[in-house]
Amino acid sequence: MAAVCCRGLLAPLGGRLWVGPRAPLRSVAAAAPLYDVVVSGGGMVGSAMAAVLGKAVTFSPAPGGVAGHDIHFHDKKIALLEAGPRKEYDRMPDSYSNRVSSISPGSATLLSSFGAWDHVCSLRLKPFRRMQVWDACSEAMIVFEKDDLDDMGYIVENDVIMSALTKQLDAVADQVEVFYGSRAVGYTWPLPSHSCDTSPWVQIELSDGRRLQTKLLIGADGHNSVVRKEAEIKNIEHQYDQSAVVATLHLSEATDNNVAWQRFLPTGPIALLPLSDTASSLVWSTSHEHASELLTMDEESFVDSINSAFWSNVNHSDFIDTAGAMFRSAISLLKPSGTAVRQLPPSIAKVDPESRAMFPLGMGHATEYVQHRVALIGDAAHRVHPLAGQGVNLGFGDIACLAHHLSAAAFNGSDLGSLKHLLKFETERQRHNVSLIAAIDVLKRLYSTRLAPLVLLRTWGLQATNALPPVKVRISL
Amino acid sequence: MWGGGGAARALTRALGRRRAAAALLGAAGDDRADLSFQTGLRGTLQNYNWKIQLKSSSTPPVSLTEIQSSMLTMKRLFSTSHSSVDSKEMKKFQLLAHKWWDEEGEYSALHSMNDIRVPFIRDTLLNMSSNYHLGNPLSGVKILDVGCGGGLLSEPLGRLGASVTGIDPLEDNIRTADQHKSFDPVLAKRIQYKSSSLEEIVEECMETFDVIVASEVVEHVADLEMFIKCCSRVLKPEGSLFITTINKTQLSYILGIVVAEKVIGIVPEGTHEWEKFVSPEELERLLESNGFSVKTVNGMLYNPLSGSWSWMESTSINYAMHAVKSGAQGQSSPTDALSEMESEQPSATAGATT
Repeated sequence: MAAVCCRGLLAPLGGRLWVGPRAPLRSVAAAAPLYDVVVSGGGMVGSAMAAVLGKAVTFSPAPGGVAGHDIHFHDKKIALLEAGPRKEYDRMPDSYSNRVSSISPGSATLLSSFGAWDHVCSLRLKPFRRMQVWDACSEAMIVFEKDDLDDMGYIVENDVIMSALTKQLDAVADQVEVFYGSRAVGYTWPLPSHSCDTSPWVQIELSDGRRLQTKLLIGADGHNSVVRKEAEIKNIEHQYDQSAVVATLHLSEATDNNVAWQRFLPTGPIALLPLSDTASSLVWSTSHEHASELLTMDEESFVDSINSAFWSNVNHSDFIDTAGAMFRSAISLLKPSGTAVRQLPPSIAKVDPESRAMFPLGMGHATEYVQHRVALIGDAAHRVHPLAGQGVNLGFGDIACLAHHLSAAAFNGSDLGSLKHLLKFETERQRHNVSLIAAIDVLKRLYSTRLAPLVLLRTWGLQATNALPPVKVRISL
Repeated sequence: MWGGGGAARALTRALGRRRAAAALLGAAGDDRADLSFQTGLRGTLQNYNWKIQLKSSSTPPVSLTEIQSSMLTMKRLFSTSHSSVDSKEMKKFQLLAHKWWDEEGEYSALHSMNDIRVPFIRDTLLNMSSNYHLGNPLSGVKILDVGCGGGLLSEPLGRLGASVTGIDPLEDNIRTADQHKSFDPVLAKRIQYKSSSLEEIVEECMETFDVIVASEVVEHVADLEMFIKCCSRVLKPEGSLFITTINKTQLSYILGIVVAEKVIGIVPEGTHEWEKFVSPEELERLLESNGFSVKTVNGMLYNPLSGSWSWMESTSINYAMHAVKSGAQGQSSPTDALSEMESEQPSATAGATT
């Protein structure tokens, strides 16, 4: 992982020369329509990117903030390429979807900056005020909460976010053209400093034979990004020996249900995310075999497995418990005001039929986020373990940063595809993402063991962190 | 910025080739840079940096001579006696003409100068006008870019909505500029390039432009006063003139004569003409005596390591100036003997506010 960090961070300094052959540009390309920005990939991150750039000016946001960059993109032409068909979200189904995201306040701010958050709020979301993370091998736990009554984050179904973004894209249809069912089959890259007779733009060939040109191609096409591969950007990746099992669960009794729960089991973290007073979403990372078992077992056994995963102390050992207790009392001597109290997770009554699903987990990081006329955002640039619930938030963070730099570039009359401001985006985001990705990876590994020294280490570490509010604030940001 | 060669060399190695080359070359980059033979600060620096560059990395010795000779060619730009252009030099320049648009190449400092000169022009004009066009802040503004080179400044101004006329005496530059904008349908409509000197368009463009931009040009002009008079004639009353150039200070003397000629010895002794550079006071005097009123003078600093420009208080190295042509009812003032040319032009004679 250290290698990943270094390479990632050094990338902007090293020679960013194009490698590999660049196909000669065809003259027919001149006839293809030219866009200022083409976003490839119409998922949550890609759609939000296009919507941010094309956002309608319906209110005047604070100058200099995340909001407010729209006006400089006023006359820019933007296209969004989505391989799938357009999905209609006329009304949300009564049952909850099993794919949810934890949306940080920062991501919510970004979504509000162009109006999508209002749509989300009018559909369905569940705020949570507290997050409790604890260890299956000891009493150690850490609680994140806001002092005031602010929300720590929101659990939102991915379908709800997509519905909001689709609605917002419709509102800016005059500026953002969405090509549904369009897959790019070929990209032709310009030379970094084009000689006079070749096109300086990126040429895109779609599966239906249409061609587009763009000044800037943004790859938001997920962790198997074609844009990244075609641009020959290296990706450091690793498949975890884990799969995530997701499901929609119903609680035994109605509660406030405003806590996000996560317990580190030796096989992987299990998380229970609130959806409503009576429903929660499960994200259980575990071995591939166990995941398959969980998927095939009958519903009753599945529910039992979840409850015992949250409640069982079978992994505790007396030694660790004693050491943890001593450390805790030492802390309470130093800090008599005490630390946050442990709460107990709700018990699960049943699982939504047909809501169980599993998918493999991995991590990845692109050594470069940008090249001449290309930028990668979201999972195309970085893929993380879901244990911190950061995946889509990292992507939304990319959007806010890239949109900010593109807006500044537009207001300066700069070429949007110029590496100069793209590098600023890369530096800023890699500085932020690399440390977070590394931390998530370390956490995943640290908690995947029953080895006493490591368990003790993480027990004390978690207890100490829990007692130090400033450290906690930094982590939860 | 003017650190020793040792430090620069070490940094060159540390930063890796592409960046260093850009930064160091950038230190000397200049739109219509004549440099070198004419020397002066910029030419000196260019040579100086080239030496560092050549020692510290294996970058092919690109076009130092080409730069020099092409600049020499360009030198004739505004000179009153148009001497014929050396075809050999033209050929050499052609090799460089396509480099205008390499952001990391010879002209990288000019590319990055856009980061401050475009906002300077944009914000000054926005402050003077009352209406703001969303996304096109300079919509409806007619700009003349004198000595436009490859169009490095014309294009951003065009993207901001201005209709730009770029002139440059070198046909190769105009060809590059034309070709480059032709790929962008929006710019193709907003920008017109013409291979011409300023004098040649005066007659047909009387009081035509709202704004004249002469960025990194006046230090190469043979007759500065003539140049300013021409600017005045093609500018509408109350029109704005933006100039960026290099100061004539002891610093440029030291770097130009002592460093370049005596220490490094790239430049033949006695070839310096750093007197050609113009101090802000002198430029202001010339402008004021020719019917302009100088509104702003800002110092500019180039950091060759980061490859970026920033504003500073001191105008001792590079500076940017904004002057406004007085309207018809300008105040009278002690007119200079030099301004006889203005007598044909009431708006210009009206004269200098002090």
